Amino acid sequence: MLDWLQNIGQAGLRVFQRLGHATLFMLQILVSIPVLFRHPRLLIHELYSVGVLSLAIIVISGLTVGMVLGLQMYNTLVDFGTEDSLGPVVALSLVRELGPVLTALLFSGRAGSALTAEIGLMKATDQLSVMEMMAVDPLKRVVVPRYMAGVISMPLLAAMFSAVGILGSYMVGVGMLGVDDGAFWSQMQDKVMLDEDVLNGVIKSIVFGMAASWIAVFEGYDAVPTTEGVSRATTRTVVHTAFAVLGLDFVLTAIMFGDQ
Amino acid sequence: MSDTRVARQQDAMLVRINDLHYARGTRKILKGINIDIPRGKITTIMGPSGCGKTTLLRLIGGQLRPSQGGVTIADQNVHALNNTDLYQLRKRMGMLFQSGALFTHLSVFENVAFPLREHTNLSESLIRALVLMKLQAVGLRGARRLMPAELSGGMARRVALARAIALDPMIMMYDEPFTGQDPITVGVIMQLIRLLNDSLGMTSIIVSHDVQEVCAISDRLYMISDGYVVGEGGPDQLKQSDSGWVRQFMNALPDGPVPFHYPAPSYAQDLLQGLD
Repeated sequence: MLDWLQNIGQAGLRVFQRLGHATLFMLQILVSIPVLFRHPRLLIHELYSVGVLSLAIIVISGLTVGMVLGLQMYNTLVDFGTEDSLGPVVALSLVRELGPVLTALLFSGRAGSALTAEIGLMKATDQLSVMEMMAVDPLKRVVVPRYMAGVISMPLLAAMFSAVGILGSYMVGVGMLGVDDGAFWSQMQDKVMLDEDVLNGVIKSIVFGMAASWIAVFEGYDAVPTTEGVSRATTRTVVHTAFAVLGLDFVLTAIMFGDQ
Repeated sequence: MSDTRVARQQDAMLVRINDLHYARGTRKILKGINIDIPRGKITTIMGPSGCGKTTLLRLIGGQLRPSQGGVTIADQNVHALNNTDLYQLRKRMGMLFQSGALFTHLSVFENVAFPLREHTNLSESLIRALVLMKLQAVGLRGARRLMPAELSGGMARRVALARAIALDPMIMMYDEPFTGQDPITVGVIMQLIRLLNDSLGMTSIIVSHDVQEVCAISDRLYMISDGYVVGEGGPDQLKQSDSGWVRQFMNALPDGPVPFHYPAPSYAQDLLQGLD
């Protein structure tokens, strides 16, 4: 019994120690961000590999989710004779919730895991150590551009996800199921508010981008420099990001829409 | 000894390691190392695997902090320097890692150009000329367009060497430069270390357990075992040493002060326990 309690205590201490370490790491990143003004090419290169190369999975997933949403919502709304509300229902679901959350989860699986693996392998093959010995700070050269690329890419990918999702539901609702074209768009225009719904969705995606990128670069930098260590770090990135995004989503939703 | 002579002797030593202790967790790796590394010479630190040779190089480079004692390079205490000064000092140091540690996403040319691009404002044409000179020195000018994945182990190490000397460092550190190389590559690397040391006026520190190779090129050798310096001197002095540690290492004896068996309970007792 005592051993059991001791193990729980030790595990708790390890979690808080790691959290503290990750927080200090984050502070170091924030302090080092100005380095990107001197080396903008580093950021552009990472924006390509983190953002542009994630486009395919985001567009395909967004389209599929939008089509499924359109189909499911239509089947429910048609029972109440309110199928013309399909546009705003789908748009609000995507812009407020599904766009930012699903994009963050997909981002973590596609780009976050790649960031962790890349940084972890650079550590395992002494590439970070050799940078230090060449008087080049690996945090500034390797971590900061990747972190900022993640933060910038996430809201853009989430916007893309929502836009393509709406298009998917339009194709199913209007194209296949016979919802009125004008009602689909006009009701959406009437019900979806830029300052409440769209802006809150953008804020969510920025917060998720910061959390997902932070977890990805920290796990890579802190990985045990072995094959197994990098593999475990990559898994942790995906799992921790999922928990963080879902937890943050609840908190942000409660703050943004709790009093409505 | 007169004051002038003492001062001249101190000036001749570029790196001074003084009572250096280092522990990883509860395990003590270095237990009070004293080493003086003379300017312009090749000094080798030898010892069995796992005795802390690479750790010692990382302590010299300021990548690790000692638990006691210190390292002085050109009269600067490495571990008392702030980050900016430490990075300034590292610009004058080169290190060849055991794995080569080339940047896998950059070509051979770009790997060698990396420190020049980071630390100088030289024009592209000048960087090109300097990179080609460094690659010519290691015999790989013709391989400049290859990616690291296309290089053999020996070639990768030579490219890493060209990169390490790109900024003409005053100290060059080599971590196990001969390990896993074929005899031709070993010969090439030995020749390069001696040639670069003498022609560029560098001070070289080699960490290795390849006795024949290091004895052939080193001016001075130190032997580390169990966290202590157990032998020092020129190659011939070390070969004739009376120390059991040194003799076991130099003659590749399987048993001696470094035991063949990892500490374990009695063999008979261990076997009998399994019969229950």
